[in-house]
Amino acid sequence: MLCKRIVACLDVRGARVVKGVNFTSLIDAGDPAELARRYYADGADEIVLLDVDATLEGRRARARTVEAAAERIFVPLLVGGGIRSEDDAAAMLDAGADKVAVNSAALDDPSLITRLAARYGSQAVVVAIDAARTDGDVSVWTRSASRPTDRSAVDWAIEAADRGAGEILLTSIDRDGTANGFDCEMTRTIASRLRIPVIASGGAGSHAHFVQVFTTGCAEAALAASIFHFGRTHIRDLKHHLAAEGVPVRLPC
Amino acid sequence: MIAIVDYGAGNLTSVARAFTAVGASVKATRSEADVAAADAVVIPGVGHFRSTAAISDALRAALTGAAQEKPVLGICLGLQFLFDGSDESPGCRGLGLLRGQSRPLLPSASEKVPHVGWNTIVALRPSRLLDGVPAGSPFYFTHSYAAPVTSACIASTDYTIPFAAVVEAGNVFGTQFHPEKSGEAGLRVIRNFLDVV
Repeated sequence: MLCKRIVACLDVRGARVVKGVNFTSLIDAGDPAELARRYYADGADEIVLLDVDATLEGRRARARTVEAAAERIFVPLLVGGGIRSEDDAAAMLDAGADKVAVNSAALDDPSLITRLAARYGSQAVVVAIDAARTDGDVSVWTRSASRPTDRSAVDWAIEAADRGAGEILLTSIDRDGTANGFDCEMTRTIASRLRIPVIASGGAGSHAHFVQVFTTGCAEAALAASIFHFGRTHIRDLKHHLAAEGVPVRLPC
Repeated sequence: MIAIVDYGAGNLTSVARAFTAVGASVKATRSEADVAAADAVVIPGVGHFRSTAAISDALRAALTGAAQEKPVLGICLGLQFLFDGSDESPGCRGLGLLRGQSRPLLPSASEKVPHVGWNTIVALRPSRLLDGVPAGSPFYFTHSYAAPVTSACIASTDYTIPFAAVVEAGNVFGTQFHPEKSGEAGLRVIRNFLDVV
């Protein structure tokens, strides 16, 4: 049976992992390579490294950081941040990424998704969507969630899948870093419309939140950062809890 | 030296890193001479079957020749390339070392495609590749097409359709999952392959 995935996320600024609330108020959480190794050993099914300043600074994620994080990590590594071209993606994959996440650049030019999928395969292309609720709708924000767009998150997710995305990384801006639980309703709305997997992100605060996003939210994977960084939850304990609740997971040995 | 075939469609960095981590000396190459000189050959691969068209006739011949005398391991798309071909790109021939054609997975409301994530395999008979791997260990898959369950198949997975998760026939080995991305169980599979070498 296909397991639900627990994804540990490293938001990187400069050479450090940071974490904030609602994409702001960032505080230091440690060294990227060290945290990647720890989460791999703890049983994370996947590691995500997002360079949160790359797009705003007009560059791609730093290869050196990716290389250091990928060293001795034998689970998939997804890298995002400032990826605007095939060359950017190639640099990340050469540095040890298994997949790349595109966000702002894909909103500016959706053909980027198709081009990357044609060159590297859909399995290597994740479209990251930062979404926020406004007046009953869920809309897409761009540039590290600093600017709204007029796109609906549902429509954009469907278009991204049609254009060749292999997965959607769906982040609730409203829940990011709050530990108030995933936006299960938004996740379900989008996941149920897609034939590709959805990684839910934003709001993880307890074991129960993960159970909810995998059941009510229909997510294939769930991503968290703060609760792992600051020791509120150990991945091993989380997975045993999920297994006891009947959620299929890969149990760490 | 283990030759890792570089045809522009592999996650070469990850594969090389995993083999190196368990003590192998590796060389990413597209040279027939390297394939001929290697102790064993790994054909990695992710993405679309048409990317195998980048493998020249001379390199194909070297790979076919290598399979007569030393272990060859195909990973993911590399496993599918060991067979006759794939419905994904009917114009591209596989190596034909194993009989059969890869087919698309069939998405349903409950099973999305691509098949992405950790899934279990069912061992059909004892094998060198899975020796010592605990039963029920999940491995990391990411693919939309899959090779058929034939006599070469030593472990299968059922996801939308039953397919070959691991193959082993003489010198020819293959895993549909990514051992280089499957944690300690995956590293064990790589060690087992190196033990054959």
